[in-house]
Parts: sequence; structure tokens; C-alpha cells
Amino acid sequence: MTGLALTSLTLSHFRSHRRAVLAFDGRPVAIHGPNGAGKTNLIEAISLLSPGRGLRRAAPQDLARRPEALGWKLVATLATPTGAHEIETWAEPDTARTVRIDGKAAAQTALARVAAILWLVPAMDRLWIEGADGRRRFLDRATMSFLPDHAGAVLDYEKAMRERNRLLKDMVRDPAWYAALEGQMAQSGARISANRATALAALAAAQAEAETAFPAAELGLTHPEGPLPETDEALRSALSDNRPRDLAAGRTLIGPHRVDLTAHWRAKDMAAADCSTGEQKALLISLILSNARALAARTGTPPILLLDEVAAHLDAARRAALYDEICGLGTQAFMTGTGSELFEALDARGQSFVVTETGGRSTVTEVPPSAPP
Amino acid sequence: MSDTRDIELLIDLMARLPGLGPRSARRAVLHLIKKRGQVLLPLADAMHRVGTSARECLNCGNISTRDICPICDSEKRGNGQICVVEDVADLWAMERSGVFQGRYHVLGGTLSALDAVGPEDLRIPRLIDRIATENVTEVILALGATVDGQTTAHYIADRLPGITVTSLAQGVPVGGELDYLDDGTITAALRARRAL
Ligand SMILES: Nc1ncnc2c1ncn2[C@@H]1O[C@H](COP(=O)(O)OP(=O)(O)OP(=O)(O)O)[C@@H](O)[C@H]1O
Ligand SMILES: [Mg+2]
Ligand SMILES: [Zn+2]
Repeated sequence: MTGLALTSLTLSHFRSHRRAVLAFDGRPVAIHGPNGAGKTNLIEAISLLSPGRGLRRAAPQDLARRPEALGWKLVATLATPTGAHEIETWAEPDTARTVRIDGKAAAQTALARVAAILWLVPAMDRLWIEGADGRRRFLDRATMSFLPDHAGAVLDYEKAMRERNRLLKDMVRDPAWYAALEGQMAQSGARISANRATALAALAAAQAEAETAFPAAELGLTHPEGPLPETDEALRSALSDNRPRDLAAGRTLIGPHRVDLTAHWRAKDMAAADCSTGEQKALLISLILSNARALAARTGTPPILLLDEVAAHLDAARRAALYDEICGLGTQAFMTGTGSELFEALDARGQSFVVTETGGRSTVTEVPPSAPP
Repeated sequence: MSDTRDIELLIDLMARLPGLGPRSARRAVLHLIKKRGQVLLPLADAMHRVGTSARECLNCGNISTRDICPICDSEKRGNGQICVVEDVADLWAMERSGVFQGRYHVLGGTLSALDAVGPEDLRIPRLIDRIATENVTEVILALGATVDGQTTAHYIADRLPGITVTSLAQGVPVGGELDYLDDGTITAALRARRAL
């Protein structure tokens, strides 16, 4: 195994899991079990090995197992091309999430440098038709997978912007204060724009080269107030010029925080939002796979993928194609579904786990390869 | 029948100290009581004296037992340089290194609209006054590399036209390896590079 893989994971008091100790060997992982068993909870835990609030965007206290609500903890080993790393992350009641990498306290953003983790969850089925926030998050997560320090740039930008928005709301008129914040926003904002452009170019290249059963999409970025000033200098002066309008609006109207991601289904010449539900899903899968392929091409290491209920929406042929592509990429994809039959086409190429629930407590068990009768 | 109320109170108060929790506070109090003569009583005495005499320097915000701190009081330290720091702990860190020969200005925080900390709360008007009265030729900004720290630094620089404003270099820590640095640090270090 030379790529990136989660090799062990211990969950303590994490949602419906009181304690689970799991070992993985780097192959794709199929997780099945009835509704409410704790499958999504399990891959949510894996999503917390990357910066942020995980695939449900939950607050740390909601992750603690109820009714005890004593806090939760995850311990994981990630095998990476540069060696194995141990990640510990936990939250006590009413405290922020804490991260340790190899026994040393670390910022959450440092997790992005250890492993790239990408996910698709059913809530994203409406990504193309709902607000721009979700698409921007999707874009930034993809960007972070190529450029781990993107996470820090986004945090810095948002912090400075929240400060500036506060000045705008309070109608503060101190120009030096605005200028100081706009300088910070321009600096991190320019990094954000450059990073996103790099990521889109990498995705486009990966789509162009791939032979895949999933549709290719033309990706683009739009900004609601004319073209977005992209350099540090241009953004700084645009923010400064726009102060009177922003004061009237009580918030910052221009900047990378307003950028939206658009997708156009190439073969059908149709905007993603106008495609059928199944087609929109196929587009998302296509993007995640392109992202994995592009990362593999750039760094030699595909990311870890978390695909919640991905099998349910695909017909048998598409399902088989998805498993073939995942195995071809050599990416450790964690996939969930209600029945084991959904993963028949994956077969011995993957590991299989079953999740069950009794009395509000989940149990995860590895299913041994099917023995001949 | 024993009354432990005063001891409980002491533990509660100790547990509020930074770095101490209820457990370590109990241990500390137990230790103090066991070492009554060597530690507890001298500590109580020192706390009482500091409690009645410690104050912020009216000029720079440093903490001493006088209205004007020894650094502001010393002619020798009036070399035309003022180093601006966030809080007294930063001033102490600079003093420990012993290399800085000028005076300080302690802001007591950083600008933050969200936390309702504005320029007036940070002794910035006082700093502007000091430029003239103390013949200051250079203001050195030693503020954190955080968004708030850098916003404050740029704000101060903007408010001090016509005077040399510098900031501490940011970059590779002494003994640090490039491998472990994030790209923000590497960018800053590259910008602050110098000829060998
Ligand atoms: N903090 C918590 N403490 C205890 N149980 C929780 C907590 N949060 C969620 N649960 C429970 O976890 C259970 C399993 O949730 P999960 O979403 O993982 O199910 P699933 O296996 O993915 O089901 P489905 O097939 O319906 O998607 C739910 O019944 C939920 O009530
Ligand atoms: Mg689920
Ligand atoms: Zn002083």
C-alpha cells in the first residue's frame, strides 16, 4: 500500500457508537445495515479527520453520544506516502474541537496537510439548485484537497470580513480601521482566488483525460457584482471604493465569499440545475472522481472518499462502473447502503462491514469474505 | 466537626487561575498548607503587597508598583524607539531577551469590532501623543501574526504618518525546518529575506 489510507479508527461516545475499534486495509470499504443503524455516523467520524465540522456540519456538542453527553473522541491512524500519522480529535462538553497530530497539539487546519478527504452525502443532491453557499463549500473543499493551506486563507478572509461587516453594521466611520481590514481581506482573498483557479484547472484537465461512465461538466466561477477583482491590489481598492454601498447594505457585497460555482453538462449542453435528479447526482460523482484522479495525477496520492448512500441512486450498470473506477484509482472509498446486495459488484475488491443498532447503540462488524457453502 | 469553608474558597479562587483547574488547585492548596512557613505565608504576604501597590504605568501600560514604570522612568531607555506589544506578557518576553534598549507601549489587546475593542480601548491616542513628547524616531510593532494582530499593526502604521514604523520579521523560527511550515509562514519568510 503506497497511497493514503485510514488503517485504524476508534470511536468513543461518538453519536450512536459507544465504542468501536475498526481496522481497514486500504481497499474500498462497503458499509451496509438498516436505516438508523449508524452508517452515516461512522463516515461522519472519518470526515472529522479533516478541518471543519464534518459531513453533517454539526456542532461539536451534537456529536457526543446521548443521553450521556460526556464528550466524544476519535483516534485514527492514517497511512500516507510519507509515513503513518496518528490523529486524535475530541470535544469535551461546551468546548471547541481539539486536534492532536502524532501526539502534538495542532490547529484543525493542519489536518488538511495530513490527508485529503472528500465526500458526497444525500443532502448534496440538491447542491445545484439550492443556494450558492453549498457550492462554494464544495469548491473550497476540492481546492483544499489540492492546496491544503487554502483552509487557512479562507479562515483568515472570513475573520477579517466578519470584523469589517461589524464595522459596517455599527456604522463606524474610521477609514484607517476599514483600510486595515480590507488589506487583510485582499491578501487572503487573492490567495483564495488563485487557489480556486488552480483547482478548477486541475479538475478540467482530469476530466479531459479520463475515460469514465460519468458525465463531464464544464465548470466556471461567477461573481454577482461583475468580474471579481482577483489580485491583492485590485481587491483592496475595490473594497475601499465599495465602502459607501457596503455601509448602506450593512455587509460586504464583493469578494471571493460571493463567488458561485457553475456546472454545465457538456454532452447535453445543459446547466446542471436543469438536469434530472439522477443526472445531477451523476455529475457530482463525476466531479468527485475527477478530483480524486487529479489529485492522484498531481501528488501520486488519491484522496479518501466518503460516499454516503451513493449506491442507492445508481442503476446496476452505473454502480458497477463506479466500483470499477474507484478500484482503478486505488482510492480508499467508504460507501454506505442499506443492503449488502448493493455492493455485490465490488465483491472481494473491497472490505465489507455491517452496522446494526440495539437499544440506541450501534455495533460495527467486519463481514468475512463469503465462504463457499 | 471541622469547618473547611475558607479552604474551599481558596481552592475555588486558585482554580480560576490560568493553567489551573479544580484538581490542580486542590493539589496546590494542599501543598501550600503543608509548606505553611516556607511558601504559604510568604506568598500571602507578597500577594497582599502586590495587591495594594501594582498598577498600570500611566505612560505605557506596563505593570509595576509605581505610577510611571522603571522603563519609562529611565533616561537610558529613551533612545527614540518604542516597541508596541499586545500585553504585558509580551513586554516581559522582550525584556527577557535583553536586546531591546528602548521603551514600550502596551495596547492591552488588539482591535476587534466583534469583541467591541476599538482604538480608544487600546491606548492608541496615548501612543500618538508619545511620539511628540518623547522624540520618538521609530515605532516597532511586535504584534501577533493573527488577523486581529495584523489589522491592529496596519491601523497603527496608518495613524502614524511621517514616522518610521517597522514590524518584527515573521518567518522561520530559530531551529525550525522548512518542511513543517505552512505556506503563509514561508511566504512571510521569503518576503523578509536578506542578503548573506
Ligand atoms: N448524539 C447522538 N447520540 C446518540 N445517538 C445519536 C446521536 N446522533 C444521532 N444518533 C442516532 O444515530 C442513529 C443512526 O444514525 P445514522 O444517520 O448513522 O444512520 P444510518 O445507518 O446512516 O441510517 P440511514 O440508512 O437511514 O441513512 C439515529 O437513530 C440517530 O438517532
Ligand atoms: Mg445514513
Ligand atoms: Zn511605562
